Amino acid sequence: MSDLTRKTAVELRALLDAKEVSAVEVATAHLDRIAAVDGQVHAFLHVDREGALAAAKRVDAGEITGPLAGVPIAVKDVVTTKGIPTTAASKILEGWKPPYDATIVERLKKAGMPILGKTNMDEFAMGSSTEYSAYGPTNNPWDLGRIPGGSGGGSAAALAAYEAPLAIGTDTGGSIRQPGAVTGTVGAKPTYGGTSRYGLIAFSSSLDTPGPCARTVEDTALLHAAIAGHDPRDSTSIAQPVPDVVAAARLGLRGDLTGVKLGIVKEFTGEGSEPGVLAAFKESLEALVKLGAEVVEVSCPNFQYALPAYYLIAPSECSSNLARFDGVRYGLRAGDDGDRSLEEVMSLTREAGFGPEVKRRIIIGTYALSSGYYDAYYGQAQKVRTLITRDFEAAFEKVDVLVSPTTPFVAFPFGSRTSDPYQMYLADLFTIPTNLYGGPAISVPCGLSEGLPVGFQIMAPTMADDRMYRVAGALESAIGTFTPPAL
Amino acid sequence: MTTIALPSYDDALSRYEPVIGLETHVELGTQTKMFCGCRTEFGAEPNTQVCPVCLALPGALPVMNRAAIEATIRIGLALNCDIAPWCRMARKNYFYPDMPKNFQTSQYDEPLCVEGYVDVTVDGKEYRIGIERVHIEEDTGKTLHVGGATGRIHGATESLVDYNRAGIPLVEIVTKPVPGLGALAPDVAKAYVAELRDIIRSLGVSDVRMEQGSLRCDVNTSLNKPGEEWGTRTETKNVNSLRSVERAVRSEIIRQAGLLDEGTRIFQETRHFQETTGDTRPGRSKETATDYRYFPEPDLVPIAPDPAWVESLRASQPEKPSVKRARLREDWGISELEMQSAVNAGAVELIEETIAAGSSPAGARKWWLGELARRANEQGIELSEVGATPAQVAALQKLVDDGKLNDKLARQVLEGVVAGEGDPAAVMTARGLGVVSDTGALQAAVDEAIAANPDIAAKIRDGKVAAAGALVGAVMKTTRGQADAKTVRDLILSRLGAS
Repeated sequence: MSDLTRKTAVELRALLDAKEVSAVEVATAHLDRIAAVDGQVHAFLHVDREGALAAAKRVDAGEITGPLAGVPIAVKDVVTTKGIPTTAASKILEGWKPPYDATIVERLKKAGMPILGKTNMDEFAMGSSTEYSAYGPTNNPWDLGRIPGGSGGGSAAALAAYEAPLAIGTDTGGSIRQPGAVTGTVGAKPTYGGTSRYGLIAFSSSLDTPGPCARTVEDTALLHAAIAGHDPRDSTSIAQPVPDVVAAARLGLRGDLTGVKLGIVKEFTGEGSEPGVLAAFKESLEALVKLGAEVVEVSCPNFQYALPAYYLIAPSECSSNLARFDGVRYGLRAGDDGDRSLEEVMSLTREAGFGPEVKRRIIIGTYALSSGYYDAYYGQAQKVRTLITRDFEAAFEKVDVLVSPTTPFVAFPFGSRTSDPYQMYLADLFTIPTNLYGGPAISVPCGLSEGLPVGFQIMAPTMADDRMYRVAGALESAIGTFTPPAL
Repeated sequence: MTTIALPSYDDALSRYEPVIGLETHVELGTQTKMFCGCRTEFGAEPNTQVCPVCLALPGALPVMNRAAIEATIRIGLALNCDIAPWCRMARKNYFYPDMPKNFQTSQYDEPLCVEGYVDVTVDGKEYRIGIERVHIEEDTGKTLHVGGATGRIHGATESLVDYNRAGIPLVEIVTKPVPGLGALAPDVAKAYVAELRDIIRSLGVSDVRMEQGSLRCDVNTSLNKPGEEWGTRTETKNVNSLRSVERAVRSEIIRQAGLLDEGTRIFQETRHFQETTGDTRPGRSKETATDYRYFPEPDLVPIAPDPAWVESLRASQPEKPSVKRARLREDWGISELEMQSAVNAGAVELIEETIAAGSSPAGARKWWLGELARRANEQGIELSEVGATPAQVAALQKLVDDGKLNDKLARQVLEGVVAGEGDPAAVMTARGLGVVSDTGALQAAVDEAIAANPDIAAKIRDGKVAAAGALVGAVMKTTRGQADAKTVRDLILSRLGAS
């Protein structure tokens, strides 16, 4: 079966259930596809052929069953995998093999999902293009000269290149949704605390959220259900039942949104967004109205401060989270020639091990937290965060979900935004408010602009992840999925 | 460095008034660490009590130990503090190799306990020491610097880090500045630390052993001229015993007075107490202090103790040591000084339990503060670890009271008890140490002694009763000490018609 890599997770499970294929065949097909095309795409930093086949064999032996058993998956390299190199795409962790699995990886293994390998990303998840990976960028399968989004560009590109049917991403300011949008794939950021952060190498602790990536809404929901749920090892994990996202996605796919209120944010004026993006968004909105949805304009006056607040909070937390990379216990150690002091070695290690964007954010964060500036920067940003949360809460009094384009522009050519950090940061204009609030959001493909995919974002209240899946399913039923040109 | 003439202590106090403040760190005796399930045993092989969390491996996250919060609240309540209804942990950011995350999870402007006090008595007078805050934080690992002459980082060729201690819960107790103590400042400082130690020990939340570092003390000292503003303070670390607390304050008063006399200003700095010389040496300067960039710990949820829980803790607090001491002093009929020596030896509870097991107060005190305290001292262990239980000590004293053992034999029996040979009665039997109470056998020994010492016997017959001592000694020798001396003496005197 040569086209196994074109199947969705649901289709693969059906074939496995019917015993038409084995899990080993499914895994092999994807591993072979990676071997064939990843030279062009560079979605993977590490491929674990042996481990994936061993896991598949256990499924074939009947040791593990379940809705995703035998469906292979790619995992973003910022999530720890026992014995498998985990670098966060940084030189400072080159070759590091974690002695433990992240909670979500444990859950993938328990679900019988062969892990194909670790996907490329912006270093420590800081970026919107994967151009800040220390191991070279990932190329967008839609146009190899363009970025696949970031930070989780490797996971999204692996899906778009049919190297994996499912992938794990992490979303701090849009790192699941924006890559999903620019690669024509689906990516969901669950409610903060809905998925465990244990084993996710921290960038910004109060924002980081692991989540599912796939090519269809139903597959995304199935993966969401497999990884979500309370974890006692993460204090910020929510001890409540996970909303039934799979049922919600299937309900949405039936194409009826009668009585569902969609909010469009008045302050997202479209200024700075590409016309093609706005056009695709508008058409999708009309399609949803045809399915019975009502569109209401709501005001979220503090959303305009989201980007600056984010670029204080995230770097502040990162400056502290990344302090542990000092060459003392693991990872790179530079300059330890026996004469240099400990302090010098720490300094040289960090100088050699971190890339430019990581250094920029550590410096911004260190400054924002320093005595005398804390109130003006970090303290103020936290106040803005509270105001943004209130904006969301007020909006959800009036509407069921908020909708917007996922990102203002389609995949841009390499190098076009690296010289001005602010131009890069604008990619997350629509995705960042959700992270500051902590609610869930999903990006679904909604059309093409000049031949490149556009994403449609649906934001829901905290712990109402099911709501966004219903709307996402409905949109997919109306618009369909998008296939990139053959590699 | 030029040496300056130091004034005498009394001289210094005639011109300056000291203000002191104490920061005490107490390592909690929880079974597991503060943020992970690792064990906390003291003295384990290096880096055997570690995991991804306390080694700060990438991706690991902390989870708060409820027992540590409970212990901190208990300490706060015992120090008359208010317990915050809501507070947060904070990150204190600085780079140091024995701190795996390169930040310490601590508390900053939202401590768990605030505004308390401790009363201490010195020379019969009571002093109230204000407590500013009690907060919880994690301990660091330990760094061993190898190859240098001093064991300090300076000059070392390599450094070894043991992370067993990293993440053990630590409670920091900070006093308010204490002015107006005059020449008694060193004594009050010492009395405060002793009282704090007793309070925490009574709560059972830490073994508070200064020599093992489970109670560590930093002493702040400043001097000012009467009527003037408080001076610049120094912080003295490495103060590892009660006696050192007193010495550190005293030496710092003298040193600062010497500088002020010369017109030199005092630098705000960290100094290290020198156990051997009794003075303080400069450490790192606080003038260029690190900016710790505190911010609320995003990996942990706020601490919001249920008021009902706090009240249940308050209701189940043990009797305060000061109250208990007063009660026991009355019961035992002893002086404040005698009570103090029992406290210092860590013997109060042991004596109490021994009395409860049937011993007289005097008997219980005698064994625990005498023979057993001596043994504990020699071995450098706690009295409670000496190998005898209160029940055994009570049983031993009963054998003495019943005349079955004399003092000398009792010590030998105790030796057997401590060596693990069993309870006193069993040791007495096994070692054949009972007092010879068979008068027939004793009479024979007495007659033998009289026959062997006719001169002495004659003197006693003539009324020189005091000479009987020599014959008693002879009898004790033949009975190998297993006779009751008074019984022997009575037998000798009656046989010689001198009673």
